[in-house]
Order: sequence, then C-alpha cells, then structure tokens
Amino acid sequence: MSETVRIYVPIDAAALSVGAEAVARAVAQEAQARGRNVEIVRNGSRGMLWLEPLVEVETSKGRIAYGPVAAKDVAGLFEAGFERGEAHKLRLGQVEELDWLRRQQRLTFERVGVTDPLSLADYRRLGGLKGLEKALALSGQGIVDAIKASGLRGRGGAGFPTGIKWQTVHDAKAEQKYIVCNGDEGDSGTFADRMLFEGDPFLLIEGMTIAAIAVGATKGYLYIRSEYPHAIRTMQQAVLKARNAGILGASVMGSTRHFDMEVRVGAGAYICGEETSLLESLEGRRAIVRAKPPIPALQGLFGKPTVVNNVLSFAAVPWILDHGGKAYADYGMGRSRGTLPVQLGGNVKRGGLIELAFGISLRAIIEEMGGGTLSGRPIRAVQVGGPLGAYLTEKQLDTPMDYEALAGIGAMLGHGGIVVFDDSVDMAKQARFAFAFCAKESCGKCTPCRIGATRGVEIVDKIIAGHERPKNLAVLRDLNRLMTDASLCAMGGLTPMPVMSALSHFSEDFDRPPPEALPQAAE
Amino acid sequence: MAQYPAWDQDEARSLIAGLAHLEGATLPILHALQEEFGYVDPQAVPLIAEALNQSRADVHGTISFYHDFRTAPPPRRVVKLCRAEACQALGCETLVEDLAREHGIVVDGHGGGHDAVVETVYCLGNCALGPSALSDGELIGRVDADRVAALCGGRQ
Repeated sequence: MSETVRIYVPIDAAALSVGAEAVARAVAQEAQARGRNVEIVRNGSRGMLWLEPLVEVETSKGRIAYGPVAAKDVAGLFEAGFERGEAHKLRLGQVEELDWLRRQQRLTFERVGVTDPLSLADYRRLGGLKGLEKALALSGQGIVDAIKASGLRGRGGAGFPTGIKWQTVHDAKAEQKYIVCNGDEGDSGTFADRMLFEGDPFLLIEGMTIAAIAVGATKGYLYIRSEYPHAIRTMQQAVLKARNAGILGASVMGSTRHFDMEVRVGAGAYICGEETSLLESLEGRRAIVRAKPPIPALQGLFGKPTVVNNVLSFAAVPWILDHGGKAYADYGMGRSRGTLPVQLGGNVKRGGLIELAFGISLRAIIEEMGGGTLSGRPIRAVQVGGPLGAYLTEKQLDTPMDYEALAGIGAMLGHGGIVVFDDSVDMAKQARFAFAFCAKESCGKCTPCRIGATRGVEIVDKIIAGHERPKNLAVLRDLNRLMTDASLCAMGGLTPMPVMSALSHFSEDFDRPPPEALPQAAE
Repeated sequence: MAQYPAWDQDEARSLIAGLAHLEGATLPILHALQEEFGYVDPQAVPLIAEALNQSRADVHGTISFYHDFRTAPPPRRVVKLCRAEACQALGCETLVEDLAREHGIVVDGHGGGHDAVVETVYCLGNCALGPSALSDGELIGRVDADRVAALCGGRQ
C-alpha cells in the first residue's frame, strides 16, 4: 500500500474551459490503473490562467505545480513520478515560489486556489471566520469605524468610500434593512468576482454577514449574473453549508444576531450592474435605473435602507476586521488604499488574476507579468475598466493603477479589468461597438442613452464610410458631451469614454479610405 | 442538451405557487419555468400576474426586458458565443465570419442545418482564455469556428 498523495486539479470555470475535468478524470483513472492512492482535491484557480489546467501535487517540499496539463499528458506525468514532485517538461516548481504569485500581495484572494472552495474546515484552518468573530465582539459603530480606517472604496467601479456608505445605513432608522451584493460582473475583461465565487465563497458570505452585523440588517441577497452557472452553483451550496454550520441563520455563530441570505440569478442584462437597476431586478421588475436621490443607503431594496456593495468590497471586509483597518490602509497610494485584484485579459500572453497594492503601473502588469501580446504583435491599445472605460495607448502605460491617476488621464479604473489589443485592432470599429453595446443594453429610461447610443452608431458608420467626416466628427463630439452630461447613470454617461479616447488617441483610424461596401446605417 | 417536456399549464401553476412567497419572486419564477420547459410560454403571464398581484403588463414587461427569457421553445442546442471586447481582441469577429462562410451558421440567426443557434453574449468571465463559448452549461475557452460548429452539431 503506497501513501495517499494529494493532487489538486482546479474546478474554476476558466480551468474547466480548457479541459480540467478531463484531466481530473485522467488522474483518477491512471492512479487506479497503477495502484496508487491519490486524493484529488478540486481547488479554485491560482489565477495563472495561461497555465490552466494547473495541477499541483502535495509533497514534503511543498506543492509542486505542473501545467498546462492536458489529459493526454497524465500517463507521462505518472511515468515521471510527478506524484513525488519529480522532473517533467511541464513541471513549474513550487507553486508559491513562482514569480507571478510571489510578486502579488494577496489579501482578498489569499485562499483562492489553495483550498477546496466548499470545505468549511479548510476555510477555518486558513483563517476564515476570524473577521466575523472579531466583528461580533464589536458594536455596529465599531465595525463601521474599522472599515472607515481601512480606506476601503467600492470595488465595483465608482470607488465610493465603503465606510461612509455603511455609516449611512447604520444611522438610518428602519425595522428592516438589507445587504445586497452586486455580483453582476458584466464588464468585459473582468472575472475577479467569478473567481472569488468559485474559489472562496465563504469569504463573501462572511463579508456580507459582517456588513449585516454592522448596520443591523437581517436579510441579504447575492445577485449573480446568469452567464456564471458554475459560480451560481458554488455559491448556492456554500450558503446552504454556512446555514447548516450556524454561520447564517437565527443565531450567527452562536450570537444573538440574526442574518440570512439568498442567491438570486440575473437574466442577461448588463444594466443590472448599476445598483439601482439591480434593486429593481431583485424586486421583480424591468431593470430600469432609478433616479438618485433617494440613495439606496436610505431607500434601497423594497424602499428600505440597503447596503449595496460589489463582491470585492465585501470580500475585503473579513481581512480588514481580522487585521485592523490600519493594516489594510498601509497598502496602496494616495486615496486608493489597500489592494486591487487586477484582471488581465484579451490579447495577452500570460493573463489572469493579479492582486496588488494600488500604485503599480499598467506597463508592469501588462509587460512584466503579462508578457506582452499573445499574438506576439505590438500592443496598440489597452482598455481599462470594462466596456465603459477608456482606450489607452502604449505610451500611457506608465500610469499607475490608482483611481485618481487614471481619472487624471481621462480614464477610469472601474472593476480593475485590463484588456490588451495588438496592432490589428481598428479603433473606429471599437468606438462603434461601444455605442452598439450601449444601444443594446440601455435600460431605456433616459433619452441621452436610449437615443444617443443609436445615433452614435449611425454617426460612426458615416465617419467610417467617409461621409462628410469633419461635420460628422463635430456631431460625434457634441453627442458625446450630451450623453456625458445628461444621462441618468454611468451606462449612457460613460459610453463616451471609450469613444472619445479612441477618437483622441487613435484619430488615424477615423481617417482611413472608406471601405468599398458601406456599413448598413450609412446611406 | 436537455430535452424539455411540452408546456403544461397545471405544472406551471404549481411551480409558480411554490415560489410566490419569495420577496421579489418574479425572476425566480421565470427562471424556474424556463428551466422546466425551456421557455416561458405567454400563457404563464396571467398565472404569474395573479399569483403576485401584478398586472399582466408588468409581467410581460419583465419577461421582455431580459435577454435570457424565451417565449417560444428553444432549438435543441444553444451555444452562447462571447463577443465582448476581450474576445474581440482575440478575433471573435473573424470567428463569426468564418462560421458563416465555412459552416453556414449565422450568429443570432440560424444554425446552418443543425437544430441549433449560436447567440451573442457579452462576457462569460473567461477573458484571459478567449474566445469563449458557453454550451450546455459548460464553459469552453480558446474556441475557433470549427469548435463552435462542432458544438452546434452536438459534438464537444
């Protein structure tokens, strides 16, 4: 009888998308055929997505990583003795020593990829629930003060100070208050929420529970987009387990506090990432944006005081309560405190999840960690902050990841997504897409967004077609100003950001000879 | 791919009754109906309206707002193809052209002889391993036109 070897094969959707399931099956079959005892743990992803499926083997020298592993490689890995961490062409070394991970400062993602996401025992063993235990010993105001001291700002994109939001809900008088987690991660180029749902679901539950204790809420909703079926399953199971373990329910961790939560599923509407339309959707209606004021902190879900925060905001909370607000604020720069889980995607060689203190430059992320483009061609444009974020040029990449620094160059950090494009990109087409996307996803409540987006597509088509370019460029600028100033929410208000950045930094793409076949909307 | 039973008004009524107690029950009910029957038949509108004390216009409005809800039975296979920026950066628009030219499959149109449809979706959260598709609840990274066509034909 050989000793049981623990082998980790990720269950994260990105790993599954490149064959992790087949790898897990192959490991089980091959081990059986060779009479080896293995315990296969399905962990989250470490976030080194170009190495997925990344298989790790627990040895006396730590966890040794192999990747990217295909099912057909598994027999050879056993042949080489990978269950003892032996050499093989896919061997990467001890996983925690890999440069890509060592350079990071993982606070929020400290357990993601390390554990079986649905094991509460793993969660507790690696520091889980300590933040909640400490929170239960504090007053609501004490918790709010810790969050204020941490400098945490909303990670959904707006960057509003979380502590101030919580204070407002804490101070509001109401019989019922709610905690709502915005998990409608619709921005292209972002996947940190998804990886957290799938990789450390109890962390989010803990963060939401701490928020509830702080402000006196008894009911929470986690709204997840339907495009994330794996995340929905994991979170639903985690909520059940947390309830069975007494973390959620009538007596949170044996205290006198009551809090429970439900997972709700979106239905394919980008606008639900906007907090007030998300509330409308939770209430069972068309997700039409609400005018503010009243702010959701005072009149939110079903008209009650509601904390609405992004997944990453809630997920930062347990660490802050465990280590103290100041320890979190010691990371970062300027008014951007703590760490930011950056998501690097698009045309990039080494894409994935990079959690770092604010302040690292885009260039360090894209070139040093990302290794440049996947295609090997020069970088031409980088979109930061999702479909409503600016397109930056290669020359602007020395800008640090910081709310204010990006705002200073007419860009925004958003949810921390970075999408890399090589020199084959046509920026006039990207500008057209920004409008087309807005037209498709606009909730329709305000005219600048509903009509403006459609007009924007038509104007860009005319410019591409070479139809009265100077006049149409003037109309385009005017339309952008109007949408920015007069839209009700960020959908219409920020769609001009990718358009105008494309126009200012890549004007040559709007001045090319017209294509022979005219786009549809041009006469 | 799931095979759905034909619409059954009594079954629909009992699904609705089982969820009507939830706060903001409309979306959970619509998801449950679509999961059971593959779509939300217009006959469900008055049932939901009555159960939730809403107008039929409210319920119809909600169904029609969201891209996910179907009001007619789905084709045998639905492949969702991401066409957002991160997948654009990896050539998903060329993939769409290849699908039409080489396989006769028109995205958001018809499945080129397969009882299938390829639908546009914006972001599946697999932005470092695109282009991506979601088929039968499975996420697939680094897809090309041949792979998407194979998915339409029921081959992984």
